[in-house]
Amino acid sequence: MSCEPWQCAEIAATKKANPIMKPDVAVAMIKKAARPILIVGSNATERWMEGRQLIEYIIDFAKASKVPVVATAHMVGEFLKRGYEPAGFMSAMDIGNRLVDPSWQGLDGKGHPDLALFVGLPYYMEALILSGLKHFAPDLKTITLDNLYHPHASWSYPNGTLEEWASNLKVMTSKFEGGQQ
Amino acid sequence: MTTKNVHVKIDEMKTSTGLIKNLELSIGKVVDDSWAEPMGPTPMPSLTTLRDWDMKLLNRYKPFYMPDCDLCCLCTYGKCDLTAGKRGACGLDIGAQSSRIVLLACSIGAATHTGHARHVVDHLIEKYGRRHPIDVGGLNVKVEAPVTRLVTGIRPETLGDLEDVLEYCETQITHCLSAAHTGQEGNNLDFESKAFHAGMIDQVGMEVADIAQISTLNFPKADPEAPLIQMGIGTVDTSKPVIMCIGHNVVPSVGIIDYMKDSGLADKMEVVGLCCTAFDNTRYYDRAKIVGPISWQLRFIRGGFADVVVLDEQCVRTDMFNEAERVKAPVIAASEKNCMGFKDRTNDPADEIVADLVSGKVPGVLILDPDKVGEVAVKVAKQIAPIRRKMKVLPEIDEIVALAKTCRQCNMCQRSCPQDLKIPAALKAATEGNIAPLTELYEECIGCGRCEEVCPVKLQIHSFIVKAGEKYMIEETNLCRAGRGAVQDVEIRNVGSPIVLGEIPGILAVVGCANYPHGGKDVYDICREFALRRYIVVTSGCSAMSAGSYKNDEGKTLYEEFTGTFEAGGVLNVGSCVANSHIAGAAIKVANIFAKRPLRGNYEEIADYIHNRVGAVGLAWGAYSQKAASIAAGFWRLGVPVLVGPHGSKYRRMLLGREDKPEDWEVYDARTGDKVNIGPAPEHLFQTVETPQEAMVAIAKLCIRPNDTWKGRSIKLSHYIDLHKRHYGVMPPDLHLFVRTMADVPMTMKDEITAILEAKGWKETVIPDPTLLPRMIRKKKE
Repeated sequence: MSCEPWQCAEIAATKKANPIMKPDVAVAMIKKAARPILIVGSNATERWMEGRQLIEYIIDFAKASKVPVVATAHMVGEFLKRGYEPAGFMSAMDIGNRLVDPSWQGLDGKGHPDLALFVGLPYYMEALILSGLKHFAPDLKTITLDNLYHPHASWSYPNGTLEEWASNLKVMTSKFEGGQQ
Repeated sequence: MTTKNVHVKIDEMKTSTGLIKNLELSIGKVVDDSWAEPMGPTPMPSLTTLRDWDMKLLNRYKPFYMPDCDLCCLCTYGKCDLTAGKRGACGLDIGAQSSRIVLLACSIGAATHTGHARHVVDHLIEKYGRRHPIDVGGLNVKVEAPVTRLVTGIRPETLGDLEDVLEYCETQITHCLSAAHTGQEGNNLDFESKAFHAGMIDQVGMEVADIAQISTLNFPKADPEAPLIQMGIGTVDTSKPVIMCIGHNVVPSVGIIDYMKDSGLADKMEVVGLCCTAFDNTRYYDRAKIVGPISWQLRFIRGGFADVVVLDEQCVRTDMFNEAERVKAPVIAASEKNCMGFKDRTNDPADEIVADLVSGKVPGVLILDPDKVGEVAVKVAKQIAPIRRKMKVLPEIDEIVALAKTCRQCNMCQRSCPQDLKIPAALKAATEGNIAPLTELYEECIGCGRCEEVCPVKLQIHSFIVKAGEKYMIEETNLCRAGRGAVQDVEIRNVGSPIVLGEIPGILAVVGCANYPHGGKDVYDICREFALRRYIVVTSGCSAMSAGSYKNDEGKTLYEEFTGTFEAGGVLNVGSCVANSHIAGAAIKVANIFAKRPLRGNYEEIADYIHNRVGAVGLAWGAYSQKAASIAAGFWRLGVPVLVGPHGSKYRRMLLGREDKPEDWEVYDARTGDKVNIGPAPEHLFQTVETPQEAMVAIAKLCIRPNDTWKGRSIKLSHYIDLHKRHYGVMPPDLHLFVRTMADVPMTMKDEITAILEAKGWKETVIPDPTLLPRMIRKKKE
């Protein structure tokens, strides 16, 4: 597993993501967060692991962890088709823009998120949004749940195989109360 | 009309008042201002003239920065690390640095179009004279240069008048660029304002270039029925010598076409083009052919189709000389801006140059005389075609299978691919004789060749993909409407009212390059969706090609299926990059011709009108270039929202409204002076969309304007709701923000929407006469 940017030119400068070498690290940070959100992009229906789409793994994880989901692009319809209602939906740019605004009180109006999890956006878009958050939302922690290393996140999994990705997501899901549903 | 450089010399003259001897008088310019329209408040605006207007927009649509690089390395203080609030040695922070990069991109774009315009105008003046009249549509187009009139206050009547306009543009671009120097501007919003300025100047430069060439080269003149042009690699008759022109500047191509016709070779050769030169070739000569968008350069060259390659300017692959040499196709570089390292042979006899190119003594030449380019290109193509025998470098399938076995599966090709294409998996399948996965990559490949650059075993991966997709390539036989140029004044009169009242739900301009996330079909689908919904769909550049590259169930392309008139349900191609100015021009003409708003030097009022009343949206689904950035900036300053596809996020700065902040959405009601909340209309000024589904929903929403009548708003909401439900599966959650009175609610959804409004605590408001400009208020509040 490599901690080089998946797309070779997406390098960061002096501040790059800490690697998540095992899913328990990500789980601990999510459990520690007071107001996490999970942003899910359009690759959620494009990526397949072990015969299941990424979005199905995400639904399992979101149900178990109770982390509210923000669906970008047209993904809200895909979640609804699968019987899961995300907490919100908006464009990837809009959620990024809200996250850099400290006065934004979150989807429920009760407070600004302190942890933003990302998964399933086109790599370069996710990299850019994470860069924006790194620079302009210094109090926000970011984690990517992709199998591709994102240097602009606070924490990122290294580049990994689809099998490793599936395993990580399943382990993370199982670590929350109620386990995988 | 102005006359330049008047020089009077009198050796001796006797008059009733005395004797004049040896009088010399030089006058830089004589201004004959016969335009009756009074000059508006802002002719030839400087960097700061429209700053207040810009700030109104920028306070509503605040920049969201996504730095592509954490560092600044533009001066020798650096590199400076600007991460997370740190300032560099010059004092700049990452926000200002990001907007500085936007300014640089827009200045480069504006300089490129204006440089193009300068070359075209100088050349055409040399050929046709300064007094050659501007004519872009005969009696159908009285407002011949709406952008130029609006920005500069000049009504150009002759080619010579365009020189004055260009001098203004060149000055402003210099100022814009200078503001990006270290230690000049320091505030991010001021950088943004200057980027808007560069974009506005870019619109002028583009308009100058296009009206000059339309006026002289017999291009279609605002013609809704401009000819349908053959498009696609499959339309090229490769049994004939093929001259391939790449770039944006038609001047060398005119030399080629003229020489070919004068030599009686019109039926015996093929002149084909890639990128915007293709459009302007076909506007000049409707038997020229369009190969395709910019991303197909390598495909066509490696496929061996071109016998001679002529390069002009902009968006040309800078390694084209290497690629052409591999297939023994001589290259003629024909632009001062793009010499490609070749020896300047402009002053050599044509036949000597031809002999050197045909024999292979030199791989390419620089020729800066377009007539000589024509003679040399035609003669070389004729002589070399039988010798080349269409040499190509595409491998055979069995070679691909064998070579694929050397692949190390290192993934570097995929990791270097902008599309993240699964090349390693496709190569693995190829080793087992299964070429289908490689073929599947053909549509999505943007032809950058980065995969080959990183391959440790030097596999020609792009050639593999092209070979695997060869069947599709040679079946590409489509039709594209030749660029029609401007929109007629009478067309504006016909649609002005329904556009402003909202009864035509919107104008969708699909423009820009071919850096698509998943091939060009998305462009076709989006255009067709909105044409069927009776929006006005305008196309230009490579997007116009992609829009015409797919067919409906009846085998018709978009340009055959829909009218080319500027009307509801029309799909009209204005032409090349520089023809984008006609799209801005159409919006400006709605304000001027339909609404009778004064045009001359009256930018702020016209932009305010367009922003609040003309439901236009730009979509640059595959935008990649600095020119695309400046084109977008020109629309931003007019208050027209622009969407870009996912790769457009790399412009690294969005201009986003916040629908959750009601205080951002107030306008003045010009009738009363009251402040009225108009909801997020339009919600954004510059926004990246991730998928075509998201683009369609966003387009429908961004066409909503404060001025819509209840009937217009109802129509617009119908489309927004329908697309939202289709692609998102639910009603729009922000619907209540767009309903002002119950009359706005689409009749067929009244019960459902009424329940939503009640749940949201919705309250009725008024439909204002909207303006952001206090000076437009007719009745001041006490």
